[in-house]
Amino acid sequence: MGVKMVFRKEHPAFANRWRRNALVGGILGLFVALVFGITIVKLSGGHMMEAFDHAIRPSLLENSR
Amino acid sequence: MSNAEFIDRGDDTGIRDVFELFKPRVMSLVVFTAAVGMLVAPSQLHPLIGFASILFIAAGAGASGALNMWWDADIDAIMRRTRGRPIPAGKIDREDALSIGLLLSGISVVMLALAANVLAGALLALTIVYYVVFYTMYLKRLTPQNIVIGGAAGAFPPMIGWAAATGGIGIESVLMFLVIFFWTPPHFWSLSLFVSDDYSKAGVPMMNVAKGPRSTRRQIFAYAVLLVPVSAALAFSSIGGPATLLLAVGLNADLLRKAVRVARRSEAESALDRYAVERKFFYRSIAFLFLLFAGLVADAALRWALGEAIAWPQWV
Repeated sequence: MGVKMVFRKEHPAFANRWRRNALVGGILGLFVALVFGITIVKLSGGHMMEAFDHAIRPSLLENSR
Repeated sequence: MSNAEFIDRGDDTGIRDVFELFKPRVMSLVVFTAAVGMLVAPSQLHPLIGFASILFIAAGAGASGALNMWWDADIDAIMRRTRGRPIPAGKIDREDALSIGLLLSGISVVMLALAANVLAGALLALTIVYYVVFYTMYLKRLTPQNIVIGGAAGAFPPMIGWAAATGGIGIESVLMFLVIFFWTPPHFWSLSLFVSDDYSKAGVPMMNVAKGPRSTRRQIFAYAVLLVPVSAALAFSSIGGPATLLLAVGLNADLLRKAVRVARRSEAESALDRYAVERKFFYRSIAFLFLLFAGLVADAALRWALGEAIAWPQWV
């Protein structure tokens, strides 16, 4: 005797939750892209991107002169 | 998780509800005035940095809106005008609004400081604290001057935009601040005249609840008068020009005329036509701010197109 399969209609809350999660994911993705873009703009503008790193950095000392 | 295991915890918060929590109409004004402050500033930002700055300023405004709704949920539920907001309507939990507001405040301030500069970030932080702590938690339920003093929060955005572009504060950005500062009381008082039931029920001491409509109407006129010298000074500053001057003259004349009508009317007269003149003043005041700031952008465009060919007196 074969197994009888029952298909039920999915609760609409699943679809809502999926849409919401997809949107949050999309926003996070765009945020990462934006931060990357800002970094590229700052670097190509010649901004100093080095900072104190618990060790002497000669390039930082040269810049402060 | 199968459907059988699914327990409906009532978390059917829609995207639109979260968006409503950010007070989108206030946000649009913040974005617009901040963008103007940035566009008319003498030094220009890289377009991506400019876009990011506006985005983080908008996020800061949204965060303020969410924190305001978190604190004011009790009185929002009483007032007809605000009853449909996401928290009193049961769409979003109070605690969720607090979390969203705090998280977004932190992200927006830090990111604006990193993307633009520390002064812009600090001004945004000041604006959020001023609006949420000083205005919402303290002034709003304490004094009929709530709108006057609290209005400064809404006046900061063009200064933030200017600071993002220039890294400083100038007389021009202070003038833009003053325009919004003097514009806010008559704008909200005209609204409070026709929704005063709401405010008295909620126990918010709006001017016409605490001091009566007669005094409120006189003060609407007084602030409309104060707008004249500030917008004139703006027209003759380094960011002003013919477009700003023309608009300042036209808009001020129109607003003053309506302010006189509002000031002269009695409550009985207003009740007869369901506050038609007060409503008109309220909507016209919105147009006033948008158009005056649009004039500044038009003059910036003129300066950009004509360069030195445009000789405009700068008295401020």
